[in-house]
Amino acid sequence: MSDILEVRELRAYYGQVQALHGIDLSLREGSVTTLLGANGAGKTTTLRSICNMIRFTGAIRFDGIELSTRSTEKLVRLGIAHVPQGRGTFTRMTVEENLRLGAISRNDERAVTGDIDRMYAHFPKLKERRSQQAGTLSGGEQQMLAVARALMLRPRLMLLDEPSFGLAPLIVRDLFGILAKINREDKVTIMVVEQNAELALELASDAYVIETGRIVMSGPAAEISNNEDIRKSYLGY
Amino acid sequence: MELLTNQILAGIATGSIYACMALSVVMIYQAIDHLNFAQGEMATFSAFVAWQLMRWGIPYWPAFILTVTISFAAGVAIERGLFRPLANASILTNVAGFIALFAIVNSVTGMTWDFTIKEFPSPFGSSQFLGSELINSHQAGMIGVTGLLLAFLYCFLGFTKVGLAMRAAVSTPESARLIGINVGWMVALGWGLASSIGAVAGMLIAPVVFLEPNMMGGILVYGFAGAVLGGLSSPAGAVLGGLLVGVFENLIGTYVPGAGNELKLPIALALIILVLRFRPDGLFGRNVVERV
Repeated sequence: MSDILEVRELRAYYGQVQALHGIDLSLREGSVTTLLGANGAGKTTTLRSICNMIRFTGAIRFDGIELSTRSTEKLVRLGIAHVPQGRGTFTRMTVEENLRLGAISRNDERAVTGDIDRMYAHFPKLKERRSQQAGTLSGGEQQMLAVARALMLRPRLMLLDEPSFGLAPLIVRDLFGILAKINREDKVTIMVVEQNAELALELASDAYVIETGRIVMSGPAAEISNNEDIRKSYLGY
Repeated sequence: MELLTNQILAGIATGSIYACMALSVVMIYQAIDHLNFAQGEMATFSAFVAWQLMRWGIPYWPAFILTVTISFAAGVAIERGLFRPLANASILTNVAGFIALFAIVNSVTGMTWDFTIKEFPSPFGSSQFLGSELINSHQAGMIGVTGLLLAFLYCFLGFTKVGLAMRAAVSTPESARLIGINVGWMVALGWGLASSIGAVAGMLIAPVVFLEPNMMGGILVYGFAGAVLGGLSSPAGAVLGGLLVGVFENLIGTYVPGAGNELKLPIALALIILVLRFRPDGLFGRNVVERV
């Protein structure tokens, strides 16, 4: 399998403060990769760099195309869906409007309507609440909506920033089950950033561990979750 | 009773102009979180453009449409040229920008067309509307045109793809970018629309107050009042707020003894402050419902 995303020597900055110190990552097409690490390790910053939402140096290539010269809104159109931390739903718009917005950069109206129905099949709760304001949904439902909205782009790569944050364990299980299904059935490459390492390693095929802006470990997810030393020192379980 | 109906209808007529101004202010406020003090001057300038076009022999409606188009382009240009560079500047810098815009547009208008009062034609005439004693045809025209404008905006924002993208861009810019919306252009589009709405208001009120560079001063105050009364977070609220202010104003002028023309403005504003005392988000402003 070829690499769909390649990150080389990524250094990112918040003002004068350097947050990433030369990150290298590769995502195999069709894989689920997880980026693990503690609070403040640089997980979100890595995702934000990929979507060009922060100042950085280094090379980030998606399918051979250099991303750093493209604005966020343009590179998204290449098929990169980013579900940000805190979900980023449009709280004052309805569920259905949120889904339509996910497909706003597409020009195939008819297929969009079909995709909305597919999302309702994936997430029946959303169908029940289709004309409700997104802000009135529960946390779990909002996360489902955020994932569904991202899928409306028909992405090739989906970036998820701590999707389990603030959700009940049972709902997180559900959500990860759906992500696995999406990866399997729709062939979407997924990169998920998590603090909940145990669950993420179950879902992922590849894993990276990041600490204070540096990758300290990488390899097949199974290998990392079986290595007790790594688990104890970096993942805390 | 007839006097009451008459005053209410006349209030709705001028209120529809306040509603337009309130709506322009709210559109820009939602996009960039600042109040455009120059909205009135921009509308006056637009009315002068229409006047000039008619002077050159262009009939009313073509001149009207041309003016709306020119105003749209000017609104976009002002955003691109002046306020986009200020997007990350402090509040005070932006306020200074708006004051500068106010002064510049006002003096350019005065320099170009001087400060003498000019007559501005009404396409509806000033006879009684459908033979009714209650309202004249220009007032009916103001209500009708505003109604059409609002219906158009409602459909545009509610049911078109661009309208949807615009609402998304102003409500949550970062998320909008992540789904491929060019937020910068959406803000510019908002400026264009606000400027066009102001142009319509200016052209409709000019036959009533006569055309001169400061004609929108008082009207913008009512527009602001309407926007705040309805709630700065709600375009529909701003429109209703504007209409209410128009009706308040007329009823106070007619029924409060001794109020007359001088006191109706302060009394109307005092009423609004009273309303805001109890509903700080305005009558229709939403205290956004959000679950965490």
